[in-house]
Amino acid sequence: MSLKVLVGCKRVIDYAVKIRVRPDKLGVVTDGIKHSMNPFDEIAIEEAVRLKEKNIVKEVIAVSCGPTQAQETIRTALAMGADRGIHVEVPAKEMEKLEPLHVSKILAKLAEKEQAELVIVGKQAIDDDTNATAQMTAGILNWPQATFASKIEKKDDFLEVIREIDGGLETIKVKLPAVVSADLRLNEPRYATLPNIMKAKKKKIEKMKPADLGVDTTPHFEVIEVTDPPAREAGIKVEDVDTLLLKLKEVGRI
Amino acid sequence: MMRYNKLLWGLSRINLAMDMAPAASRLQSTVAEPASSGRVSHRERNITKKEESKSFVMNIFRGSAVTEQAIPFPDILTEEQKETLEMLIGPTEKFFRECNDAAKNDSIEAIEEQSMQSLRELGAFGLQVPVEYGGVGLNNTQYTRLVEIVGYNDLGVGITLGAHQSIGFKGIMITGTPEQKAKYLPKVATGEHIAAFALTEPSSGSDAGSIRSRAVLAEDGSHYVLNGSKIWISNGGLAEVFTVFAQSPFTDPKTGVTKDKVTAFIVERAFGGVSHGPPEKKMGIKASNTAEVYFEDTKIPVENVLGGPGNGFKVAMEILNNGRFGMAAAMTGTICYSFKKALDFATSRTQFGQRIDSYGTIQEKLSRMAMLHYVSESMTYMISSNMDAGSKDYHLEAAISKCFASEAAWTVTDEAIQVMGGMGFMKETGLERVLRDLRIFRIFEGTNDILRLFVALTGLQYAGGHLRELQQALKNPAANMGLILGEGTKRAKRAIGFTNNGTIEGIHPKLSDSALLLGRAVEAFGYTAEGLLMKHGKSIIDQQFLLNRLANSCIDLYASLVVLSRASRSLNLNLLSSDHEEKIARVWVNEASDRIQLNLTAVKSSVSQKNFSDLEAIAKELSCHGNIIAERPLGF
Repeated sequence: MSLKVLVGCKRVIDYAVKIRVRPDKLGVVTDGIKHSMNPFDEIAIEEAVRLKEKNIVKEVIAVSCGPTQAQETIRTALAMGADRGIHVEVPAKEMEKLEPLHVSKILAKLAEKEQAELVIVGKQAIDDDTNATAQMTAGILNWPQATFASKIEKKDDFLEVIREIDGGLETIKVKLPAVVSADLRLNEPRYATLPNIMKAKKKKIEKMKPADLGVDTTPHFEVIEVTDPPAREAGIKVEDVDTLLLKLKEVGRI
Repeated sequence: MMRYNKLLWGLSRINLAMDMAPAASRLQSTVAEPASSGRVSHRERNITKKEESKSFVMNIFRGSAVTEQAIPFPDILTEEQKETLEMLIGPTEKFFRECNDAAKNDSIEAIEEQSMQSLRELGAFGLQVPVEYGGVGLNNTQYTRLVEIVGYNDLGVGITLGAHQSIGFKGIMITGTPEQKAKYLPKVATGEHIAAFALTEPSSGSDAGSIRSRAVLAEDGSHYVLNGSKIWISNGGLAEVFTVFAQSPFTDPKTGVTKDKVTAFIVERAFGGVSHGPPEKKMGIKASNTAEVYFEDTKIPVENVLGGPGNGFKVAMEILNNGRFGMAAAMTGTICYSFKKALDFATSRTQFGQRIDSYGTIQEKLSRMAMLHYVSESMTYMISSNMDAGSKDYHLEAAISKCFASEAAWTVTDEAIQVMGGMGFMKETGLERVLRDLRIFRIFEGTNDILRLFVALTGLQYAGGHLRELQQALKNPAANMGLILGEGTKRAKRAIGFTNNGTIEGIHPKLSDSALLLGRAVEAFGYTAEGLLMKHGKSIIDQQFLLNRLANSCIDLYASLVVLSRASRSLNLNLLSSDHEEKIARVWVNEASDRIQLNLTAVKSSVSQKNFSDLEAIAKELSCHGNIIAERPLGF
């Protein structure tokens, strides 16, 4: 069996960067800030590459929507082992307003166009945390979905997926084609090695615009305000345990 | 890696003994009277060719500031190269964060096998090997950035990687035939085969020309037979491929005379007769393997001669000159590590009711550490960029960067320990290992002492050549009027204490005072250097007290130039850090200017001359006596 897999990988502000709100309070500062691939998407790429290494998958296609720099994210995916990339160009200004529904439509169109039988994405992006793209993509394609996967196994013509749910694990079967979203414990993504990064420069990245796929990216939401989380207030020191208990009672914590 | 250096001394001796001596000896008559009409010797032609050097350091010996390689601060990487490099940084840092334990490597005196394997997978053994041979294909500037990360994290790993690619197989990269490259590069690039550089011998250290290993061509002409032993070979116990230097009978095609000359060979352990001693016990870089290597009737196919028979010395020099900037890169990373430790401590430690970074003593230490980092980093990137731009005139600069950065790293790490007090002395803090590890950088690849002489003597030789050109011009004044008048004006101005307006062009206006200081220092330096040549002639070679002071001035001059250039770049680009950098540059140049003045005065003043002759006498007395001479105050 040889599947074609489409993997979504989003360029986000690096997890280690301290986020700062823009002066206009309509977003966060992104200029000159280190970006990298959304960690959950790294897990998705890793899983696709592992499936390829097990000869279950024939081709891994990495897709990213975003400005020119999104190509760096695709290059990382290619260096990790993806075969080729698709860059759906969305200018930085519009990217701020790109919603999961838009991305889902893009992924769905691409899945059809490429005749992919499996779409893997991270369960959520660490910037907007919407956790919606996998579900919407499955809905649009009318494919089964296996979200929050922590283990994927191919059996006959279906996937057996173990999902992390509240209070335990759930094992489900999904028929192919399907959409899977990767959870944290699905795997530990490899790091691209230096020679592979160099080789990845030769792999192909196809460029297109949402309109080329017939997807309209008119926003459905408007951001009214972005604010910092409230600053932590200073605490007080107490003399002894009795005072501590008293104070806690005063503020209604015990 | 530790063993080879020494060439330098050999080189200086050869070049200077042969080339400079006649140049210098004639200097005394240069201005006074035209030399007797004579043939222009082969050597003189050589010197004339060298006169086009674009090296700043070379030209300050003539009192002129040639800054085209330095100003504006070179920006060599294309956008694509930058993007690629940025992608490489993550995996490299991650390796050190997650796969490598420097403290453990130090304690087991080896790099853990899983760590070695990760390094191979990462591609760290072939950073500059072209992609078509399975390497990463980095240029020098990209390599510098990654070596900084290595130097920040583990110098033991750094030496293992450096001995392998910076010198071990570098000869194959830069002078190898296509066949040699195709045969050896793919395996060394992946780290499947480790490489080593074998030059130093028990009786041959700084004087590399005196090696005794010998390779003799077999009667059928198909192979050489190598015998000899090498010491202190980094990776000596691990390597499969060696770049070996040995004496070999060489017949000069012109004269027909046969004598031993150094030839470089690519030797595989598999050739047979290659063995090695146990790993040496060392002060630092314990994780890096250092061993003796023996060759006993090792048969080397003739096609494994590297760079042509009899050219071994040149090959060795090219390899070392080419790799020297890498040590400054590693040291820059080390400085950053030690500085960060000190800064983190100083900004959290409270004593006498205040954070210690609020005290002037600590503030001065922190600022000076950051200044040393700024200079080292600026030198490293300037030189790697010059090399990437195709410059051939970077050898003195590279030697200076190695001296400067290795000494700066020592000072910074030492001061970091001091800032941290008792905590700095504790092994757990991670600075004592770094101090031990980095000590070797002042010794190997040309000791800093040898490199200083190399800088001073090469520069003087160059200046000597120019004086001779003037001498030649005086023979035919009509045809060379421009040259003579130019020199004449320069000298006349100096004679009446009137320098050229003297500033360095291209420096940001905010630093114009510093540019002027540097410009004047360059001129004063050139004047002093020329004076020394006039006074001492060829015997300047033996005036090491003076040469060292010239070299120290060179280091300060070049350091000042690079910080001014870099700070100007930041100011021009309006970088967020530009004000900070401006302050660093200003303090650096002010203080460097004072030191230069002190050193140049010492070269000339009668008090210093007396001091030097006393120091010489004291040393002779000590050597003769064989112990401390002064009696104890107690008398017993």
